[in-house]
Amino acid sequence: MSDQDRKRTPEMPAPKVVEPTIFDLSAPGRTGVTFPPPDVPTAPLPEALLRADLPLPELAEVDVVRHYMRLSKFNYSIDGGFYPLGSCTMKYNPKINEDMARLPGFAHAHPLQPFETVQGSLALMYQLQEWLKEIAGFAAVTLQPAAGAHGELTGVLIMRAYHGSRGDTKRVKMLIPDSAHGTNPASSGVVGLEILQIPSDERGNVDLPALKAACDDTVVGLMLTNPNTLGLFDENVEEVIKIVHDCGGLVYGDGANLNALLGIVRPGDLGIDVMHFNLHKTFATPHGGGGPGSGPVGVAEHLVDFLPTPLIGVVEEGEGEMPPLFGYFTPAKTIGRLKAFHGHFGMLVRAYTYIAMHGPDGLRAIAENAVLNANYLQTLLRDTYHVPYERICMHEFVAEGRIEGSDVRALDIAKRLMDYDFHPPTNYFPLIVHEALMIEPTETENKGTLDAFAEALIQIAAEARDQPELLHEAPHTTPFGRMDEVKAARELVLCCWLPEDYKEKG
Amino acid sequence: MTYIPISPSEREAMLKTIGVKKIEDLFDSIPSGHRFPQLDLPAALTEIEAAGELEELALGNETVRELISFLGAGAYNHYTPSVVDHILRRGEFYTAYTPYQPEVSQGTLQTIFEYQSLVANLTGMEVSNASHYDGATAVAETVNMAYAQFRGKRTKVVLSPTVHPQYRQTLRTYVQGMSLELAGDDPNADLDTGPERLEALIDENTALVIVQYPDFFGRIYDYTRLIEAAHARGTLVCVAVNPTALALFRAPGQMGADIVVGEGQPLGIPLSFGGPYLGFFATRKQYIHKMAGRVVGETVDSRGQRAYVLTLTAREQHIKRERATSNICTNQGLIALAAAIYLSVLGQTGLRQVAELCYHKAHYAAAELSKIPGFGLCFAEPYFHEFALCCPRPVEEINAHLLEHSILGGYDLGQDYPSLKDHMLIAVTEMNTKQEIDMLVEVLKEASYE
Repeated sequence: MSDQDRKRTPEMPAPKVVEPTIFDLSAPGRTGVTFPPPDVPTAPLPEALLRADLPLPELAEVDVVRHYMRLSKFNYSIDGGFYPLGSCTMKYNPKINEDMARLPGFAHAHPLQPFETVQGSLALMYQLQEWLKEIAGFAAVTLQPAAGAHGELTGVLIMRAYHGSRGDTKRVKMLIPDSAHGTNPASSGVVGLEILQIPSDERGNVDLPALKAACDDTVVGLMLTNPNTLGLFDENVEEVIKIVHDCGGLVYGDGANLNALLGIVRPGDLGIDVMHFNLHKTFATPHGGGGPGSGPVGVAEHLVDFLPTPLIGVVEEGEGEMPPLFGYFTPAKTIGRLKAFHGHFGMLVRAYTYIAMHGPDGLRAIAENAVLNANYLQTLLRDTYHVPYERICMHEFVAEGRIEGSDVRALDIAKRLMDYDFHPPTNYFPLIVHEALMIEPTETENKGTLDAFAEALIQIAAEARDQPELLHEAPHTTPFGRMDEVKAARELVLCCWLPEDYKEKG
Repeated sequence: MTYIPISPSEREAMLKTIGVKKIEDLFDSIPSGHRFPQLDLPAALTEIEAAGELEELALGNETVRELISFLGAGAYNHYTPSVVDHILRRGEFYTAYTPYQPEVSQGTLQTIFEYQSLVANLTGMEVSNASHYDGATAVAETVNMAYAQFRGKRTKVVLSPTVHPQYRQTLRTYVQGMSLELAGDDPNADLDTGPERLEALIDENTALVIVQYPDFFGRIYDYTRLIEAAHARGTLVCVAVNPTALALFRAPGQMGADIVVGEGQPLGIPLSFGGPYLGFFATRKQYIHKMAGRVVGETVDSRGQRAYVLTLTAREQHIKRERATSNICTNQGLIALAAAIYLSVLGQTGLRQVAELCYHKAHYAAAELSKIPGFGLCFAEPYFHEFALCCPRPVEEINAHLLEHSILGGYDLGQDYPSLKDHMLIAVTEMNTKQEIDMLVEVLKEASYE
């Protein structure tokens, strides 16, 4: 039962339960997976420290399987259909990657084993560091950060440590374009930096005069998302970077949109000083319903010493048939450790497999086809939905979810798409486009899927004019309708419990 | 090979629709001097070749399956029931995104709600979030939360030296640049004294006290008095826990803790060389607006059905931007699901059995090991499934000897605690048979006389 059930008065009707919780399904004395009695003499338990009651549910294995099976059917997924969420890179997650991460040699390695016993893991990590360096043009890479935002935090700490190590302590400002991801200001904010927002110009690029005016000797650096959240590659990127460097600042690259750049351009070659990768976007490790992600960080030569500890390196060069011996290294001026152990190793195995199977040409094909698909969709939709920037886009584009002569909003369009069995695009982001619909098809969709999606959106635009209520009330065909989000935030029912009379039921 | 499903003729048709001649024309905005670099990477492998290469690499590890392992120190070798991975491998779960569209994400949302409920019940707290990256980052986030709770007016944190060394290191990374005083975190401190030692460090400027339960050496303390002392000064207390231990020992919620965090890896998550794991985070309802991370709440949909949504999103980075209390944007979704399945299928009976097996086997091992001349237990306090063993020679030497007998020895405590040179931290779980423990004892006996 939930707190809500406890508070409910007889006048308040109970909502219809589509799938009970595991607490609802529990019955006293029922057991699932059990364990054998001890094969050693038992020791006395310290009575005063023991717990009287362990209020966890009691279910049989079959109850658990059917419960989660029923729940899984309520989810939309990449395996189930087209998922064009802008800036999320919801591409197909190859099945082989799942099998490789579960190889017993990887799955059962303890992170604190002597390094001589885990040479397989270390060789994989070392190689992945090398590959990511090459792909993005950096001098060194750490695999430790757990997610994109964690990589940002790492990068910002590195930037500040770099200035600090030079005695340059008056730098307290981070410049962030208004077309950046929302995590950028948060990552700078949590370490206590001031944020200065830089506007975009009429072509969606960073506004150069505004940038110049903001650059002085108090600037830590600029956090640049490129391609930005409009899906546009900054046409003046080299100048943007030069302006920041000229005032002594560093440039952080938000690598969330790297899928558009594989084999097309290396951010390090453009002068980006530090960048995070999102392995769960660009390199197809699964999103898992919200995580785990993985956010390695690459840096240019002058920032290598500040990377988190440990890095994987060669302890002893190989000779002939003998492979090199790999081990751990601590960079000279390290910012420290970002989490326990070595990063999301299981995700690293998946990304390694993915890169190995693509090679240089395959990676370039990913970017080319991701950009092809986005431009194709943009062309099909442009006459129906206003696209505020008349340019070739990169891997995604932003359209306005407004229809002339209708009161429907981007939200209604998004919800109505579910009735056509598509996942909606990202909406209301970026903030600089009204009623934004941010569409990223990725490279793993064929023309037929894109045609069907465009057709659905065009039909929805017609519906918006003729039958707007159809959109206001959408979705109609999904197992659940629109949510009362105000009620959720007001009542804050965040947990459920076994019923108060639970034991009596037994 | 690639996973691109576009045929050559489709590609031609699409380029024509866009109005460009060739695919390269889409990249005119890239600076020409840096466009289309030749990447120096190995040529693409097919699936059969990649599988061969990865299998080869995996064979380069000796794992806790081939070796007899007594290594823990924050990552534990437990049995994961088959059912956990069978459910995790449903594409509906693992290929879904963050549940921003609740109408088509109730599977993920209800499982997170159930996960939050399981964590709250296990820790004895009122609310839980949808998880953090791992135990270390969950501990680090408690400092941000306490700092925000006192609006930056209290600037001291008391950190027990018996919190996991890597958690303390992570916390130090997170707080660099904040003007915070960290007190108590002295590895040279007398580790033989209990939580009383920390009481003296708490003052009116202390925002938070952080302790571990069982502590890094496996010891179980009743923190009730420490928590009372902290509350008397208005200070919050965070207890970092091992979730398996909570099946047996009093929940920190019952001792009055304000925040309970921990590493969820013991709950059915493979060792996987250190990750991905699961940071759980539970607190009291009054602090929820200062808690970082996603939260799922119950509501109803337009059809009168019980349903779940992400709630309290106004605290989060995409709304609050630079004023957010944390920059966290993901949770450990799939790993939280794994823990929820594990707890559901073990239930109160199975989890208590696992905890008791760990306890009894560890105590048997400790009793047998301390009979060997030169070896002995370092501390006298009650402990769970891990204990500090003092050794007659350097741990590195002993572990090398054990490894020759295919035994993975304990964690070398001298790395982090100068006073514990020649001490190892031995972990014993339900995976260790009596025969394995006896073998450890036999091999160490040899080492003792050599």
